[in-house]
Amino acid sequence: MNNPQLNKNGELHHLLTTEGLPAPIIRHILDRAAIFVNSAEGNEIRKVPLLQGKSVFNIFFESSTRTRTTFEIAAKRLSADVVNLSIGSSSTSKGETLLDTVGNLCAMHADMFVVRHAQSGAAHFIAKYVAPEIHVINAGDGRHAHPTQALLDMFTIRHYKKEFHNLRVAIVGDILHSRVARSQIHALTTLGVPEVRVIAPKTLLPTMVEKLGVQVYHDMRQGLRDVDVVMMLRLQNERMTGALLPSAQEYFKYYGLTQKKLALAKGDAIVMHPGPMNRGVEIDSSVADGANSVILPQVTFGIAVRMAVMSMLAGAK
Amino acid sequence: MNIHIKNGRLIDPKNGIDAQRDVFVAEKRIAAIGTAPDGFVADRVIDAVGLMVIPGLVDTAARLREPGYEYKATLESEMEAAVAGGVTSLACPPDTDPPLDEPGLVEMLKHRARSLKLCRVFPVGALTYGLKGEELTEMAELSDAGCKAFGQADAPLTDTRVLLRAMQYAATFGYSVWLRPQDSFIAMNGVAHDGEVATRLGLPSIPAVAETIALSTMLHLARETGARLHVCLLSSAAGAELVRAAKREGLAVTCDVSINHVHLSEMDIGYFDSNCHLVPPLRGLRDRAALRAALLDGTIDAICSNHSPVDEDAKQLPFAEAEAGATGVELLLPLALKWAEQDDVPLLEAFKHITANPAQLLGQKVGYLSVGAHADVCIFDPEATWIIEAAALKSQGKNSPFLGYEARGRVRYTLVEGQVAYQSNS
Repeated sequence: MNNPQLNKNGELHHLLTTEGLPAPIIRHILDRAAIFVNSAEGNEIRKVPLLQGKSVFNIFFESSTRTRTTFEIAAKRLSADVVNLSIGSSSTSKGETLLDTVGNLCAMHADMFVVRHAQSGAAHFIAKYVAPEIHVINAGDGRHAHPTQALLDMFTIRHYKKEFHNLRVAIVGDILHSRVARSQIHALTTLGVPEVRVIAPKTLLPTMVEKLGVQVYHDMRQGLRDVDVVMMLRLQNERMTGALLPSAQEYFKYYGLTQKKLALAKGDAIVMHPGPMNRGVEIDSSVADGANSVILPQVTFGIAVRMAVMSMLAGAK
Repeated sequence: MNIHIKNGRLIDPKNGIDAQRDVFVAEKRIAAIGTAPDGFVADRVIDAVGLMVIPGLVDTAARLREPGYEYKATLESEMEAAVAGGVTSLACPPDTDPPLDEPGLVEMLKHRARSLKLCRVFPVGALTYGLKGEELTEMAELSDAGCKAFGQADAPLTDTRVLLRAMQYAATFGYSVWLRPQDSFIAMNGVAHDGEVATRLGLPSIPAVAETIALSTMLHLARETGARLHVCLLSSAAGAELVRAAKREGLAVTCDVSINHVHLSEMDIGYFDSNCHLVPPLRGLRDRAALRAALLDGTIDAICSNHSPVDEDAKQLPFAEAEAGATGVELLLPLALKWAEQDDVPLLEAFKHITANPAQLLGQKVGYLSVGAHADVCIFDPEATWIIEAAALKSQGKNSPFLGYEARGRVRYTLVEGQVAYQSNS
């Protein structure tokens, strides 16, 4: 089975998932992002001309503010022309098929599509049908993947921990419905993290999740013991229906991150969250705003990582 | 017309024959096997040297899409596909639009099918009106109109009281009830087997327990009512075990599996191949092995194509949104051969599952080649290889998980009721 995101030379052509993404490519993305972080840390935000004359289409079939905005900022800092399309489900309700939508957008001569869609596999689907010169970046497809989020998380971990091969990482929360968790797990295992733990009640874990290379914990206290990195996941409100969880209160009591539970992790553990946070549901404010939290730097790094991915796809050296 | 099929290797599972035998067809029937009857003058001689001569295939699940879904497929296109695949009898599920819940619809379908003079069509009537799982259909009337069994196709029947009564009523008349076991609550929104692949791809999943829960219910009700239960499209190892135990107990239960599930597993989904979005979902490798074993020990009676042509637009969507189903009536024979080859299954045993056994499930005197039997014959070249691709398929549906595979075994002639309904030029 060919990896659909690499070209014949093994170079990145689309970014669809972190699964099967070779470690050297991930490291290359992180290295490149580091350059952008340094350049952005000067007071004046430097705009670089790497994507000058290129058009980036943000195609969001599912609503998102933060991810779309960070992609937009990243593209603009690279001097690209950015077009934002919030398609929602409107074009499909008007009878236009996804394939027609994609065909129309291709005809507008875009260079890059940043795609978010509620269906797992939508980005792969679009990548299969776009014109060969167009690059597709998956900005989240259903429960499947959110590779730029995972890459910015890897960047954050490397920034604070330097290495991956000596880490113990815990991912806490709704793994079942989380594209972020899946992408994080693949990226962490690819980069050689020896111990990745997932912590959740059984209703929020997918079948055979251990096949992804993780250790399963249902007791958060045990799962957090001696970890270097705690990656929290957002708990969607709709999980309170469908008999997945009894209440937000009980969830917080058993799976919410508090100072007391965090104390079981290593003293210098970092706490991450992909946002937007539900304070008091999956994370206590004192932790979110506390000394171990790197949640805001994650957002800053996210722009640099997306700049790195876009410029790599565009073939800039 | 008298036809002499000479020099072929006759394989007739029902009569246990696997030998070089000539077959003589007179009018609509098999006139003789081996030597010509007195005074037989052939109007046509089919030289079957190097070819196999078997009873025409009987497929227990092939959707023709009429009435209502002519944009997906038509009787003409799908019946032509059937005879091109050597299928001479097929049962069509009731999930047309409207569903087959009125005698008039069934009569119309039978009439249309007959007028095309291709293969035999045996409708499975709807068990409940509109397949809604609420009110019983007029089963006796539908039976008079030509329905050979009653079922729900893929529509759920969640109300167990309705199911109990439907089975009681069917048992009154001795009709068999054809049901695909799936608990609709557990399966809700699921599109793939609840296993490694769905976990990796983030696809909403259907665990095997959805099958076994529903199957257990059906078996309990079959025991209670004495109804003849036919379990359609078994997919899991645990399901096969339940059917095995029920048969051992002596329940009047039969079972089929789709050829897709004999060959494929969840692994074939790869990167979201929507051609592998099937009903029931492709399960794990262990399930596939268990289904194969269940065919050999008699737990599963028949292999069907579960032919479900889907139009291109409905398939070209992200996996979960793509319509489930695959075309397959033309692939049943080569894929059954492939299974026989892979598992060293004697051809007599392998072909039983696509001829005599499914014929028995339908209660029809077809699927064998005794003297006096209907002259429904499939003559094929077991060595001919071909690539499964859209252009090679007569079905209007081009959606198959096997696209690109090399198939071995190609039909040369199909006889239905003593007439050549299909013959290939190559």
